[in-house]
Amino acid sequence: MQFQLNGRCVSIEGVSTQTTLLDYLRGQGLTGAKEGCAEGECGACTVLLVANGATGSTYRAINSCLMFLPMAAGHEIYTVESLAVGGKLAEAQQALADAGGSQCGYCTPGFAVSLFAEQYRSGRVGPCDPHELGGNLCRCTGYRPIRDAALSLGPAPAGAFLDRLSRPAPALKRVAYESAGARFSRPGTVEECVAVLAGNPGARLIAGGTDLGVESNLRYSRWDHLVSLEAVAELREFTDTRDYIRIGSALPLTDIAPRWSGAPEAFREWLPLFASPTIRNRATLGGNLATASPIGDAAPMLAALDATLHVAGARGRHSVPLASFFTGYRRTVLDPGELLTAIEVPKPLPAFTRFYKVAKRRMDDISTVAAGMGMDLDESGRITRARFAFGGVAPVPLLVTAAEEAVRGMRWNQSAVERVQAVLARTLRPIGDHRGSAEYRLAVALSLVEKFRWEWQEAAA
Amino acid sequence: MNFAGKAIPHESARGHVTGEALYTDDLLARFPRVLHAWPVLAPHAHALVKSMDASPALAEPGVCTVLTGADVPGEGDSGVNRHDEPLFPAEVMFRHQPVAWVLGETFEAARLGAARVRVEYEPLPAILTIEEAIAAGSFLAGPARLARGDVSAIESSPLRFDGELAIGGQEHFYLETQATIAWIDETGGVAAQCSTQHPSETQEIIARALGVPRHRVTVECLRMGGAFGGKEVQANSFAAIAALGAWKTRRPVRVRLTRALDMALTGKRHPFLARYAAGFDLDGRLQGVRIAFYSDGGWSLDLSEPILWRALFHADNAYCLTAAELTGYVCRTHKTSQTAFRGFGGPQGMLAIEEILDQAARRLSLAPELVRERNLYKEGDTTHYGQTVKDAGRIRTIWEQVKSTSDFDHRRREIAEFNAVHVHQKRGIAITPVKFGISFTATSFNQAGALVLIYRDGSVQVNHGGTEMGQGLHTKIWQIAVDALGVTPGAVRVMPPRTDKVPNTSATAASASTDMNGAAVVDACEQLKRRLAPVAAALLACDAAAVRFAGGFAIDSGNAERAIPFQQVCSAAYLQRVPLFAQGYYRTPEIYFDYKTGRGRPFHYFAYGAAVSEVEVDGFTGDYRLRRTDILEDVGDSVSPLVDRGQVEGGFIQGVGWLTLEELLWDAQGRVATAGASTYKLPSWSEVPDVFEVKFLERAAESEVVLGSKAVGEPPLMLAISVREAIREAVAAFGGGGAVTFASPATPERVFFAVARARADGEAAAIRLLGAARQ
Repeated sequence: MQFQLNGRCVSIEGVSTQTTLLDYLRGQGLTGAKEGCAEGECGACTVLLVANGATGSTYRAINSCLMFLPMAAGHEIYTVESLAVGGKLAEAQQALADAGGSQCGYCTPGFAVSLFAEQYRSGRVGPCDPHELGGNLCRCTGYRPIRDAALSLGPAPAGAFLDRLSRPAPALKRVAYESAGARFSRPGTVEECVAVLAGNPGARLIAGGTDLGVESNLRYSRWDHLVSLEAVAELREFTDTRDYIRIGSALPLTDIAPRWSGAPEAFREWLPLFASPTIRNRATLGGNLATASPIGDAAPMLAALDATLHVAGARGRHSVPLASFFTGYRRTVLDPGELLTAIEVPKPLPAFTRFYKVAKRRMDDISTVAAGMGMDLDESGRITRARFAFGGVAPVPLLVTAAEEAVRGMRWNQSAVERVQAVLARTLRPIGDHRGSAEYRLAVALSLVEKFRWEWQEAAA
Repeated sequence: MNFAGKAIPHESARGHVTGEALYTDDLLARFPRVLHAWPVLAPHAHALVKSMDASPALAEPGVCTVLTGADVPGEGDSGVNRHDEPLFPAEVMFRHQPVAWVLGETFEAARLGAARVRVEYEPLPAILTIEEAIAAGSFLAGPARLARGDVSAIESSPLRFDGELAIGGQEHFYLETQATIAWIDETGGVAAQCSTQHPSETQEIIARALGVPRHRVTVECLRMGGAFGGKEVQANSFAAIAALGAWKTRRPVRVRLTRALDMALTGKRHPFLARYAAGFDLDGRLQGVRIAFYSDGGWSLDLSEPILWRALFHADNAYCLTAAELTGYVCRTHKTSQTAFRGFGGPQGMLAIEEILDQAARRLSLAPELVRERNLYKEGDTTHYGQTVKDAGRIRTIWEQVKSTSDFDHRRREIAEFNAVHVHQKRGIAITPVKFGISFTATSFNQAGALVLIYRDGSVQVNHGGTEMGQGLHTKIWQIAVDALGVTPGAVRVMPPRTDKVPNTSATAASASTDMNGAAVVDACEQLKRRLAPVAAALLACDAAAVRFAGGFAIDSGNAERAIPFQQVCSAAYLQRVPLFAQGYYRTPEIYFDYKTGRGRPFHYFAYGAAVSEVEVDGFTGDYRLRRTDILEDVGDSVSPLVDRGQVEGGFIQGVGWLTLEELLWDAQGRVATAGASTYKLPSWSEVPDVFEVKFLERAAESEVVLGSKAVGEPPLMLAISVREAIREAVAAFGGGGAVTFASPATPERVFFAVARARADGEAAAIRLLGAARQ
């Protein structure tokens, strides 16, 4: 297995399939990338990956702690050590240094890499967007100088790094890698995926690795066989027709927004809240749904949009409504040999949609409660479609269809709100944990219905 | 042109942004055959170790050895004062306490080996909360007591109330976790690269564990990836394990904690419980206050005692407590041993008095800023421990200036208008002051040393006892040394602290490291200049008294045309057998304290500041947003304005984290329930105020401190109290008046329920008013 590292081709042999790119780099003496959390929260391990974006090739900041080394196969990767050319700092580095953007400096290489990627982001106009550095945590500075450094940067300067973007990212090929009895494969088609999975219960599918990487690093799960979906073109497609939107299950979240021009408000609110840009550069909808976390944020948003999931397996292809996809805590209707291929959102979308995320931190936290809501009214102001979907209030993400039934045909007024709340109070069964008490989860879920109506009213006014 | 006072980037900024700046664990590849350590973790919060069988671990491929108490040639205890922290405990005192360490060829081998060590435990009942500790009389220290005046004034005051405030702890979350690499050096000594704020103490604990004199042990700290107090003593036990491993195996040993281990094993900011009673007159002037503080010290003493004392010293914040009785206990609980964290008990003490003042204001229907203002110290006032508040007038100056520059009064009216027309979102604005005492309250710690070496080519190496953790100490020392010697910035290299350069150093802590180490460096430089002046005078053919050193030259001040390069002077001095190195020393003058009488002058001076913050609270969720913060900080004459601004901003945001989203929780089994970056949330971009104005008080030289500067590391953290008070103000706006209370941190959940209570109180108040009107 080979990949491009800082402009040179490196070959890998005999390294375990779950060795992280970060550990590999540090072992090679490239110690600029650091381990701060090993779960993609802090960004101290950030490196650059060349990827094909919606408008050409681009540098993507990714967490090297969440990339297993074989996943790097065929990729072109740059670390912080490569950014300064001939002793001259990259503009992003110079700006951070000049602004007082480093104190202890431990997070700084990660910030430098993220800011570099942002400066070279294709289609960017005006100053760099500090929010694109949302995947990097700093415990020292309070971020203001880093914000100023970002705002001080203009267009990417001419040079080798800009020239590189005139060519597409390397095309990913099939990979078969084995070390110490564990395997890593990267099939090229859905059919090949299905074939690999058949009769192979030890196999685990991996897309961006933002969930499995954490499971490996923190819970030390070890898998016999990892099956990467990264080279399956079909799983990275985006289709926008008159009747539906179809999103490939392994399309990184970063790649959805620029393709979905008519995205509903709920989606646009959801995206920045879902995770940091660094995570979104790798994370996928398929992964977030198939992992079936009760606090995964994609499910409530997509359930409010009546999404359907496409599935492929040994018995062929079929689809299942998202609302009936989850069968229990961390369980879905998927058979072991099946995979999600796409998420389809039917048109017309609900006229009024919202996504709410309640958490201790406003950005890039895990939801205490998440809610996706959608509403259609007829010309006389009566409810024809009402969707209330929640995460964090039951063992599974929940679309509360009884809430719709309780108000269909009514006007969207306070008494309708109260009927929805009455249904929710009966249906939701939150638990209390370190993210929030059961009482808070229930109370805030009910309160979000009021917020939804209030925002609907404000939008109408 | 002075170098000190210039706004320059951190001395390692280039290394930071390129990744070339090295941290302890970055050195790993330089140590062939290094062994990796993983702890055997106790699965109980409190238990006796009945038996241990390490042999299964040795069967794990790649496991080299298992360290147990039998491998300790010296004393197996890292407790600094009380010797109460066994490295290999027979009695487990907190969940996940290491009972043995496995050394392996890889991290993975050590971890798998640790899982195979068989340990039999006898579980014992555990105390997990402050309340349980109080009920059981489980204390590590106390009572501490500071008192003044007649607190019976409380009972005779027109407004009396009592209450209780629970204050959450805080995880340091230095981005670099605890790390040490130890090895047997070329001379048979033990060397350690350690991420520690206190190399001398780390050296002491290693020597203690190995049973060797301290001269056998050398500890160096290159730099730390953040520390914040969390590496003041807590690095020691892990360094001792690394050293014991190296001693046993004769191979380099690396102890580096994963984030999960670091959060599970290391101490945090102390949670506190404050129970209070207070009396005020009807104008909001404090008549008397009684506060009983209970800190959650965890399983061992650590620094809990001076932390508790600092809470008592700072329970006045910037207000004159004419009648006060402050007491404190350190509770022993079966949790991590809580430790130093930026502010060192001061924040908890201040939070209590701010809570009390706000409650008085709302009960009296007075604006909180008015009540605060009326109680501020005035010039000539003394503290409740009898120290004159030096430059107390600055408190009011700062208060008035920041109120004016933040447009406080105008914005308060605007906010009232906003709140009048918004039902679901309310805004609040608040101003709070900070007065923070500078010096270690352990008087002996207030000394520092330096060793300045000049080489014949005129280049200079500056060694001092302070460690660099991002606070910019080395940057300031560099600036100070360059000016003190009159050389060019490029001539001076500030070295990482090593115990064989400057011995018996103090912890880099208490915000005083520039004050102390900077003064020691100046002392050394002055000696060197005194020796060099006659040499230069001979070369310049002038009087030695006329020689001035500046910009890399020795200059005849009688004739500025006449100057010779510094290098030439050094070279001549060597030939004339003039020594080109000097030790510098500093001890903070005139500080003392009598803990028996509770009287003295524990602080060299006070650092002052004030902040105005504005928030908007969403009543639907309890979520809030920091809209704007204005800070005015007294940093004296800043040695390094960019560094100081960074300390103010960073300290403030860290304080915001402590008071809002950083919720540290333990579960019923004594596990840290928030032991990871995904469950314990640091401030991120979303917590930075949209408008963030930081200014320094002008013409604020502190005459008794190096270059007229003032300490800046800790004080700004407590400016974040303005955010908590602004949230309270916004919550109050949902209701109809009356006290608003919520525990700290002010998580969205707490704010949500506080809003609900305020609304209910408001409705009750409205109903009462209606009822009264109808009668």
